[in-house]
Amino acid sequence: MTKPSLQASIPSALADVATAKVTLPNDELLKMYRSMFLIRRVEESLLELAESGKIGGAMHTAIGHEGSAIGAAWALNKTDYLTCTYRGHHHSLARGMDPKRAIAEVLGKATGFAKGKGGSMHFVDPSLGLMGANGIVGAQVPHATGMALAARIRGEDRVAITFFGDGALYQGLMHETFNMAQKWKLPVIFYCENNRYSEMTPISRTSSVSEIYNFVKAYGMVSVQINGNDVEVVYATVKEAAARARAGEGPTFIEGLTYRLSGHMAGDLETYRTSEEIEMQKQYEPLAVLQQRLIERGVSEDQLEKIRAEVEAEVEAAVEFAQDSPWPPIAEAYTDVYKV
Amino acid sequence: MRKTTYIQAINEAMRDEMRRDERVFLMGEDIGHYGGLFRVTRNLMEEFGEKRVIDTPISEQGFIGMATGAAMVGLRPIIELMYMDFFLVAADQIFNQAAKMYYMTGGVVNVPLVLRGQHGGGKRYGSQHSQSVESTFAQFPGIKVVTPATPYDAKGLLVAAIRDDNPVLFLEHKMLYFTRGDVPDADVDYVVPIGKADIKREGTDLTLATFSYTLLQALEAAEELKAEYGFDIEVVDLRSITPLDMETVLASVAKTGRLLAVHESQSNCGIGAEIVARIYEEAPYLLKAPARRLGMAPVSIPVSKVLEEEILPWKKNIKAAVLEMLR
Repeated sequence: MTKPSLQASIPSALADVATAKVTLPNDELLKMYRSMFLIRRVEESLLELAESGKIGGAMHTAIGHEGSAIGAAWALNKTDYLTCTYRGHHHSLARGMDPKRAIAEVLGKATGFAKGKGGSMHFVDPSLGLMGANGIVGAQVPHATGMALAARIRGEDRVAITFFGDGALYQGLMHETFNMAQKWKLPVIFYCENNRYSEMTPISRTSSVSEIYNFVKAYGMVSVQINGNDVEVVYATVKEAAARARAGEGPTFIEGLTYRLSGHMAGDLETYRTSEEIEMQKQYEPLAVLQQRLIERGVSEDQLEKIRAEVEAEVEAAVEFAQDSPWPPIAEAYTDVYKV
Repeated sequence: MRKTTYIQAINEAMRDEMRRDERVFLMGEDIGHYGGLFRVTRNLMEEFGEKRVIDTPISEQGFIGMATGAAMVGLRPIIELMYMDFFLVAADQIFNQAAKMYYMTGGVVNVPLVLRGQHGGGKRYGSQHSQSVESTFAQFPGIKVVTPATPYDAKGLLVAAIRDDNPVLFLEHKMLYFTRGDVPDADVDYVVPIGKADIKREGTDLTLATFSYTLLQALEAAEELKAEYGFDIEVVDLRSITPLDMETVLASVAKTGRLLAVHESQSNCGIGAEIVARIYEEAPYLLKAPARRLGMAPVSIPVSKVLEEEILPWKKNIKAAVLEMLR
């Protein structure tokens, strides 16, 4: 079996739409770097907690996926709706969710954003436009599209973005949703984080379509394939898609190529890929790319180190906060079934 | 008061709520320009336009998912499915998504969504267009299940469902659509509370708890049992399955000492089984004879008239069950 390689599949120029790219000022890039490093450290800390048996259930980390989350968060407003998959910690943190509440939720503590009832797969915070991560592959995609419909009905200037993996393209409801979104020209952005594996199986083994961004062309939807590991590319592409959406020009499909450096979930045996493949991908991963770019643009290693030290301390404190937090009161098991 | 059909009552409830609350909108197949397969949404597109009455493609999972999303940000969508059987196509969006959203998010995102669907046997539509699967819905906390049998209850309960902050399954039996009954004048704003049963016939010998179309069958059976045998049957219209008004059922059984629960959905693991179980848990001392349930036989619904009549728990079967209990 041939292992897929990111290097081979990131195109230098897009087939259909020229890659939108901007050069962001260094201070913005430094904020992005901070947020990206925070996501990375939160995910690594969560994996450590999982290894020590403190996290139950399935937890899917997004190490290597940070580019899409950061680029999109900077391109949109907090009033723009966002839904995502169970691999969604990065999207919430990129929008500004407090890592304390995030880690506490994954641990099932009372101080989590959903009082410990949602956990790793259900990150949510409407005050940040985070309308829900989802445990069912593809289910969040019509939700965001319905939120775009709501914005249309209310006459509001909001767009919705929904993130999903390459594996979601093979769910029937995705295609039902693409059709309606395009037919009604809804202000929604479909962002596929293509990490080349549907859970543990490379899509090359299950898909009859080799380039995912081609799927929606039958619906007449604008579709682009980009380097999802480059925050400036993601930022510019999402910005452009949002402008199209706000102007009533309808949805955009973005296939952001990326690579998941961590396993599908905590405890993944990862028998489907080699350590050489993972090592090779590390040179393209978003944090390394951004760090390299900042150095090239004159930022000193000391400046970056200072940011990293701050983040390390913040994440350490968040882990401590979460571990020290109380369990939810038992009565909480019976609340929030119906809104009264 | 005036007489309207069940269809008219539902149509008016939607129209009135759409006039009152601009967050209410409709999605479904053939509901707009065509006015609905059963004409329940007639004239609504003319009054409210294509923005609020949306003709969808045949993509139940997709548009119920979109309605869920719209509800998550505060709109109040009403979905019409021409046959309840099709809700199963969208099972994930209903059971894993809409029903659980409020709980999973720790109470920060709720889904005020109404799922209207036509259901039931009696018109020879066969196995995929005649089912009653409300007990499946009742297995999922977070969703309410409403099953009106009269035009009055249909209008009042649909208004309540639209104003509810949770997902509500609203069931319309195909045999009820053209029935007529008293409904308050058009300008009267009234609500029938969800979760409150109603005694539709008073009696002393046996409590018959039922809902939806089997209520009409039960009332007819009760009249015949009175005329033929002198039995006085009390008929309790549950009106809602979730929440289930056991209080009214228990109060009735306190009077009659006997309970038969009847519904058109499957007997196995059904609402009747639930009601019978609860009476044994909560007040077995009220019973003078074993409580029973009568639902559909564990088969799919056949098309042939004689076979369909055999398996549906309608008047003939209700009378037989009552007589077994009272003789």
